[in-house]
Amino acid sequence: MKARAPATGDDPYNAFITRCEGKPGGKGRLAGIPVAVKDNISTYGIPTSCGSRILEGYTPPYHANVVNLILCEGAGIAGKTNMDEFGMGSSTENSAFGPTKNPVDPSRVPGGSSGGSAAAVAAGMVPMALGSDTGGSIRCPAAFCGIVGLKPSYGRVSRYGLVAYANSLEQIGPLARTVREVSLLMEVISRYDPRDSTMGDRPFAPRLTGEVKGLRIGVPAEFFGAGVDPAVAEKVRVAIGILEEMGASVVPCSMPSMAYALAAYYVTCTSEASSNLARFDGVRYGTADDIRKPWHDAFREVRAKGFGEEVRRRILLGTFALSAGYYGKYYAKAQAARRNVSADFARIFRDVDVIAGPTMPTVAFRIGEKTDPLSMYLSDILTVPANLAGIPAVSVPCGKVKDLPVGLQVMGKPLEDERVLEVAYAYEQGVR
Amino acid sequence: MVSPDDVEKIANLADISLSRDRLGEFTREFNAILEYFEILDTVREEFREKGGEFNIMREDEITPSLPQGEVLSLPHDSEEGFIRAPRVME
Repeated sequence: MKARAPATGDDPYNAFITRCEGKPGGKGRLAGIPVAVKDNISTYGIPTSCGSRILEGYTPPYHANVVNLILCEGAGIAGKTNMDEFGMGSSTENSAFGPTKNPVDPSRVPGGSSGGSAAAVAAGMVPMALGSDTGGSIRCPAAFCGIVGLKPSYGRVSRYGLVAYANSLEQIGPLARTVREVSLLMEVISRYDPRDSTMGDRPFAPRLTGEVKGLRIGVPAEFFGAGVDPAVAEKVRVAIGILEEMGASVVPCSMPSMAYALAAYYVTCTSEASSNLARFDGVRYGTADDIRKPWHDAFREVRAKGFGEEVRRRILLGTFALSAGYYGKYYAKAQAARRNVSADFARIFRDVDVIAGPTMPTVAFRIGEKTDPLSMYLSDILTVPANLAGIPAVSVPCGKVKDLPVGLQVMGKPLEDERVLEVAYAYEQGVR
Repeated sequence: MVSPDDVEKIANLADISLSRDRLGEFTREFNAILEYFEILDTVREEFREKGGEFNIMREDEITPSLPQGEVLSLPHDSEEGFIRAPRVME
């Protein structure tokens, strides 16, 4: 497949970093379907930059497992999509290749970090895309662009070939316009791969019945609390009401660990990032270092040239959280908080089948609107709990506020990816 | 609260360069984030795994690796099957 930079005019939303030419011609469940692939998923012979200057000129010598799987089913790679550098952001503004625009309103962000994948689907450039979700990076852009996105359970999709940012939290997952298409892509990419040691052998068995009779939906008060736009909250309550009309019952519940889930998430992901990103040293691939200089000088120079500001901030935060004297205060506490989040979910799931709430606390904000890093982090408050606990979560469009899409988030018990898609499908059919 | 000097110290530890003119702003943002992290002080351990953590070992297995030629075409400097790197020892 021939790779090239997107031509002016054929990518009005800056969704792609690289476009690929050549028609998909294979046989299989994805025969003839061009799939957009997020640029942190390795593609043999096609540049993979992670939205970063530090990987300029790097073309992987192998395919990620998910890429092999979609190609074996007859799909083609439409191109590599734009993203926040190494997945660090919620707006796709932190890319070395410029921001992606939201096809619904190009003055607004598409969400992130898989913003290019979501925009490519929402704009009709591809029917399906692959993204990755560390703290909401599939669900946030799906919600902001008005499409469907699934963060699979931890261990349900192989991470082999995904450029690591925060291994204990992230998963590759599908984005598409309908739940059925998301389910189809999930079916293809969830095949067991022993090269990811955290993966279990559990074939994905979709059951899109459209039925929710007898389903118990937990609705935690904290998902509708402070910081959540009341108009968004109302839209989501109406959506849950539709599932109730279809025969589901609503169980009000509470998730006290939400008070510190976001802090636990940011301490954990920055700590993991500070270690993971040390591999970009300019020695084996990417931006070249000056080998005449001593190691630390050369290493520092490559990182200064190659990493954007948000990446440097997160490496610094992670280094700080892991440093002697602060480890107990930040990292150890964050892990205790993470266990409490999992325990809260386990307790709620004793009485309900799924949990529902908004995906994002607001609709898509304007490009350039959030300049303060903390305010950007706060937009992840409703998506990070699922990553901390490793549970499946899907975002499905549930109407608009001021002409901008709102996402309904459905979270499920660990490994019950089929169930969250079944509920999302029922909702989608119910409002048709 | 951390000072600009502390931030510089961490940056050195992390091999990250920060420009002098952005240091003040960066420190302010860093402190705002750390202040938000203070909520973790309220965390009470309610759930602890019984038996703690332990390693699970398996025998090494030899599996095919990537072709050496292709991998060595990626670094900017390689020689006789090795990758050249900056010197680590002074």
